[in-house]
Amino acid sequence: MTLARAVDVTRRYGRELALAGVSLDIKPGELIGLLGPNGAGKSTLVNLLVGLRRPSSGTVTLFGGDPRDPARRQHIGLTPQETGLPATLRVGECVDYVAAHFDNPLERGEVLTRFGLDGLVKRQTGGLSGGQKRRLSVALAFVGRPRLVFLDEPTTGLDVEVRHVLWEAIRAFHAEGGAVLLTSHNLEEVEALATRVVVLGAGRVLADDTVPAIRGLVGVHRVSMASTPLPRLRGVVSTSESDGRLHLLTPDPDQLVRDLVTATVPFRDLEIRPTTLEEAFLQLTAA
Amino acid sequence: MSLVLTNARFHLLETLRVPIAVLGSTFFPTASMLFFVVPFTGDDPAGATFATASMVTFAVMTSNLFGYGVGVAADRSEPWDPYTRTLPAGPGPRFGGRVIAGLAMTLLSLVPVILIAAFLTAAHTTVVGLLLGIGAAFVAAIPFTFMGLAIGYALPTKAALAVAQIIFFPLAFLGGLLSAPRQAPSFVEAVAPYLPTRGAVELMWAAVGDFPLRPLSVVMLGVWTVAAGLLAAWAYRRDEGRRFR
Repeated sequence: MTLARAVDVTRRYGRELALAGVSLDIKPGELIGLLGPNGAGKSTLVNLLVGLRRPSSGTVTLFGGDPRDPARRQHIGLTPQETGLPATLRVGECVDYVAAHFDNPLERGEVLTRFGLDGLVKRQTGGLSGGQKRRLSVALAFVGRPRLVFLDEPTTGLDVEVRHVLWEAIRAFHAEGGAVLLTSHNLEEVEALATRVVVLGAGRVLADDTVPAIRGLVGVHRVSMASTPLPRLRGVVSTSESDGRLHLLTPDPDQLVRDLVTATVPFRDLEIRPTTLEEAFLQLTAA
Repeated sequence: MSLVLTNARFHLLETLRVPIAVLGSTFFPTASMLFFVVPFTGDDPAGATFATASMVTFAVMTSNLFGYGVGVAADRSEPWDPYTRTLPAGPGPRFGGRVIAGLAMTLLSLVPVILIAAFLTAAHTTVVGLLLGIGAAFVAAIPFTFMGLAIGYALPTKAALAVAQIIFFPLAFLGGLLSAPRQAPSFVEAVAPYLPTRGAVELMWAAVGDFPLRPLSVVMLGVWTVAAGLLAAWAYRRDEGRRFR
């Protein structure tokens, strides 16, 4: 059973190609992190899957049918990238409005409690803080007891505390068997939540695998140390500096260490570890 | 049906929470009644009745042109609008809800006009005439609703506001809304039957007083209604896919 599927989908905006032959299956219980730089096509892919757009070519199905058919959207929820709540309406009215569209919605109180919005029922959304607005728009995605939710950069611009409230809610939904497609710039977020990572770059799927596999895919390690400026070394993909430490990315850390020693570089506190997803991601999209 | 009402309630709440917006749509016809109809036709029953009917048509036109034109354009610029299109409902309930809310707002903007006519002028009509007049107002609202929707779906907010402003005054003046029946300048009398405002106001005049409808005006009102409806449908469909070019 596949909840949502894109097969060889392209989408053009005028002459611009936003998606170039993307295929993706979303199965029950998956929590997919959709990664990619700005303009990679993440939001376009989400818009196709929820029926806001038609693909220029290829097919998109949602619960076995056309996502533009309203009945197919009965079991999905969405948080769009931008928070655009109607400013004069109250929090409770927004939840009720969304709930009216679903066969078996959650209780209003339960929705608000899950997302830490208790006590705000009567507040007009225009008067909420940025974090509260964002929590409400994520909460709206869960109102219809969805089996699949699309969260388009749900935590962008939020502080750590609010972010963790949302993460907990997303984890809880996933633990109950819900499927999630999460787009994000925050790689820590994807590493913390996702079971599967899809990397999108320039409208193509660059990688589609588990978090460790994506990390291993590029096969790059990070060697960092406290040191004076280094001579030119072979096999270094990139060099950066932070907190007085140098960070070198290399496919062969053992050889790099040998070279450092033979070049009699005065290094201290040497540390070698596999790349984070962020480093892997930069490797992939730069290629 | 309940989703239509949910949407209507939603639109009405949004509008009523900004009282100045409600005031805005009722101000122009109310002020026109007080400044033009009351002092100039106050003692003449037939004149006051026709002038009131003209003002009602005027109010119907402006509240629909601006209400839908600017309202839809403003809504489209908000991310909430595409969000609602991902909910499991087709465009019908949202469209229906908007139209019901628009009719309610139109009726609201007519209340002061009718009250002023009843208490400050000699205007009079029968109960049947009043009911027919309200019916005529609904019929007259249709082409202007479509025009407003066409503007709102085709244009961004600032352009929609400008276009609505550019359209409404010539339609009002050339349609003969600002003059008594058969007393408009001759060039107005010549073009008026071809404008939707004329057919609309003639329906109103015939409903509340003794005025023989001219077939040409009524046929042209029908033509405008169909044309504006097609334009609105075209603008709506065009909007679906191309918004973020």
